[in-house]
Amino acid sequence: MILPEYAVLFIILAPFIGGLLAGIDRKLTARMQGRVGPPILQPFYDVGKLFQKEQIVVTPSQHFYVLSYLVFIVASGALFFAGGDLLLVIFAFTLAHIFLVLGAYSSYSPYSFIGAERELIQIIAYEPMIILAAVGMYMVTKSFFVWEIMASSLPLILYLPGVFLGFLMVLTIKLRKSPFDLSTSHHAHQEIVKGVTTEFSGPMLARVEIAHWYENVFLLGFIYLFFAWNPLVGVIAIIVAYLLEILIDNTFSRATWKFTLKSAWIIAGMMGLVNLGVLYYLSGVVPV
Amino acid sequence: MITLPFLILFPAVIAILLLLVSADAWRRLVVKAGALIIGIASLYLLFITPETGPGFFPVAFDSISELMFLAEMVIAAFLVYLGIKYKKYLAIFLVVAQAALLVYYESLAGSGTHTVPNLFIDQFSLILALIIGIIGSLICVYALGYMATYQEHHPEVRDRRRTFFFLMFFFLSSMFGLVFSDFLPWVFFFWELTTLCSFLLIGYSGTGEAVNNAFLALNMNLLGGIAFVGALLYLAFVSPGGELLNISTLIHSGHMVALVPAVLIAFAGITKAALMPFSAWLVGAMVAPTPVSALLHSSTMVKAGVYIIVRFAPVLTGTMEGLIIGLIGGFTFLLASAIAISQSNAKKVLAYSTIANLGLIVACAGVGTYKLVWAAILLIIFHAIAKSLLFLCVGTVEHRIGSKDIEDMTGLIVRMPHVAVMMFIGIAGMFLAPFGMLISKWAAIEAFIEAQFGLIFVAILAFGGSITVFFWSKWMGKIISVCPVAVKVENRIPQEKWIALSLLTAMTVFICLAFPLISSHLIEPFVLSVYGATTRLSQDNVIIMVMMLFLLMIMPFSLLWFRKEKNIVPPYMAGRPSTPDLHFLGSMGVTRQVTLGNYYLEEVFGEKRLFMAGTALCLGLILLVGTLTAGVAL
Repeated sequence: MILPEYAVLFIILAPFIGGLLAGIDRKLTARMQGRVGPPILQPFYDVGKLFQKEQIVVTPSQHFYVLSYLVFIVASGALFFAGGDLLLVIFAFTLAHIFLVLGAYSSYSPYSFIGAERELIQIIAYEPMIILAAVGMYMVTKSFFVWEIMASSLPLILYLPGVFLGFLMVLTIKLRKSPFDLSTSHHAHQEIVKGVTTEFSGPMLARVEIAHWYENVFLLGFIYLFFAWNPLVGVIAIIVAYLLEILIDNTFSRATWKFTLKSAWIIAGMMGLVNLGVLYYLSGVVPV
Repeated sequence: MITLPFLILFPAVIAILLLLVSADAWRRLVVKAGALIIGIASLYLLFITPETGPGFFPVAFDSISELMFLAEMVIAAFLVYLGIKYKKYLAIFLVVAQAALLVYYESLAGSGTHTVPNLFIDQFSLILALIIGIIGSLICVYALGYMATYQEHHPEVRDRRRTFFFLMFFFLSSMFGLVFSDFLPWVFFFWELTTLCSFLLIGYSGTGEAVNNAFLALNMNLLGGIAFVGALLYLAFVSPGGELLNISTLIHSGHMVALVPAVLIAFAGITKAALMPFSAWLVGAMVAPTPVSALLHSSTMVKAGVYIIVRFAPVLTGTMEGLIIGLIGGFTFLLASAIAISQSNAKKVLAYSTIANLGLIVACAGVGTYKLVWAAILLIIFHAIAKSLLFLCVGTVEHRIGSKDIEDMTGLIVRMPHVAVMMFIGIAGMFLAPFGMLISKWAAIEAFIEAQFGLIFVAILAFGGSITVFFWSKWMGKIISVCPVAVKVENRIPQEKWIALSLLTAMTVFICLAFPLISSHLIEPFVLSVYGATTRLSQDNVIIMVMMLFLLMIMPFSLLWFRKEKNIVPPYMAGRPSTPDLHFLGSMGVTRQVTLGNYYLEEVFGEKRLFMAGTALCLGLILLVGTLTAGVAL
């Protein structure tokens, strides 16, 4: 059943986990590039500093969109951890992202405009795969509710290896990792300045950053679902997957939108759909 | 019960009245009073519709079928006359072919029994009647304001407003007839009337393009009409007594008898609902004045097409033919959504989005399990409201800024704030959680998983659904960008337009709150009475959606807090010298102004390429289903 207390835990703890994750990410990235890197807690210092900055805006309506982005990211993550319907969680996340895109559009700024367009391309690149992942979980556990998927004793990963690989691929897009950091990037080497976030500054940028932390924790929770039958394996899988993402981030150069869209869709089709097709075929032979 | 014949006849009376009055003040009065009465009468239907199953209402008039036959012959003669006048020989051929088949049918069936058929109403008819009666008449009210401006802007178009309003109301009348008829020859009669009305309305302006597109629509719909007569003929052969000619008996008579007419009628539905390969007529229909598009896309015409297919869903379900019809719908959904990305004309985007959604409805109805029929009806309702709102917004904007290109709608939130907010809500209603269309797509995904071969449709929905996110969001982005050089022009919008726009906006939001009620009182009883089983969204999800909707409605109030923001700066211009009105010093010392254009990704989502693919694919599938059905029939 749906457990609101987990939602509360998520709302309180996720920013700390997400911030810490960002700190470790930066440290490891720096080591991979032969630098010392900032302290692990640096992301918290950064966000704290942003909150102290004076707020400047291009248009006051930006505030509305960014606040809505944060609120709906938190709401959909909370719904996920409370055990809600996976498809509804995904749709709520899309809604949240649309707010971020609209915030970028609202400023009528060349850089954030291009960022917004690219962000939309990223959304259509990753969304099919995420929906297919949810569908795959349904096909194995016969439920879209996260709490029921969690309660299932079946090792989902063994039924859905292709779906999991496809999900890892779109995870790179969602975590804003190279080669798919088209719309905005954690790295300095960004040809459209800061893309979507170009016109967000001070406390407003801090809210975007916090929303991103919440989102990352949700994504790691999604990985956990594949391994939910064994918590230890689940945690290890999350760590390995994240390390893999950092490695990918530091080894590939940025792709074009066309490559991103095509590769994401082809992977979703090859890995996700074929996996589901096999599962569908087998469900007639071996009841899962 | 007086209401069913009343709803069919009253709009026709109003129509004739409008043909007679020429003074504008009188026309306004008649249209508004007529719309109000039609709206109230359709709401009254809520009280006379039985809780379960259909309610039948006898018609007291004996020779009504003969009169209809006579009218069909007059219409055929009229169309032949127009065909000769404009030298459209294909249309003449189709009209004559259809009329000949009809005469043949009449000679077969004329010897049959002579009991006068009944009108009927069940929850599904009621839903359609509410859509026609409320949304349709609101569009008529809106048209008052629109057509006055239209005639001012287009002095070259002859002022035939009397005919225009006659046709609009006559359209409503024939739609009511269509959804209340149980007797298939009657359904066909009203079916032909909608074809005629749409044909005349599309050609309203009388320009070469309008006439051509009108005939395109006519030809394609006549093709469907011929298939419909084919179904009547088949039924006349297999049941000379005529008892299978009623929808209510036909769908319960089992797959063996009902499948062939169901497929033929579904083909007619596909032409009317403008699925690929017949999508061209609906795209061409946008040359008509915007209220006509709104009417065609939301409450009439295309809804007649999907209505009849959903009616026959119980026959199609579980058959190969039904699956293929579903696939035609599915591919149409996927490809039409993709084409919409490459369009910058707002009306074309709306047209392709309509085609896509109709495709989705047909996909649901073709596969036809009870859960999918539930989702299909939900789609019909939500689509009607949001789409009519969007068309009317585009029409209003078009008259104020002189363009229906999305690229010209930059900063609409500054130029026409109220209309922009309404348009924003309409677009949100088309693709965002927790609004209606998304609920239906979600329900469709859940239902397809359990259906046979449903995985194909799930994949189509996963990809197609995210594609729709792209074209709607970039349109939204265009209207909400706060462009510093925009000037407010939201004056001189007639009162009629405001009435229709505000009511439709309110309905778009309200329907999301009320949909659990609509589901439990209207859709579920219908699905239950046809399939013996029904479905609904789980309680938890409904509560969460309502919470989301409230959250969404509270969020704009944050603007009150942020409004006092003082530090407003111009956007970042890469350090180039620039002015507040966005002029910057470009290369070679040239000063230019910033203009921002959306992505249309022509190379990937180009109209020509994808339309070709869709035509080939869907035509192939139609031929396949035709061959299969011929096999069954012989």
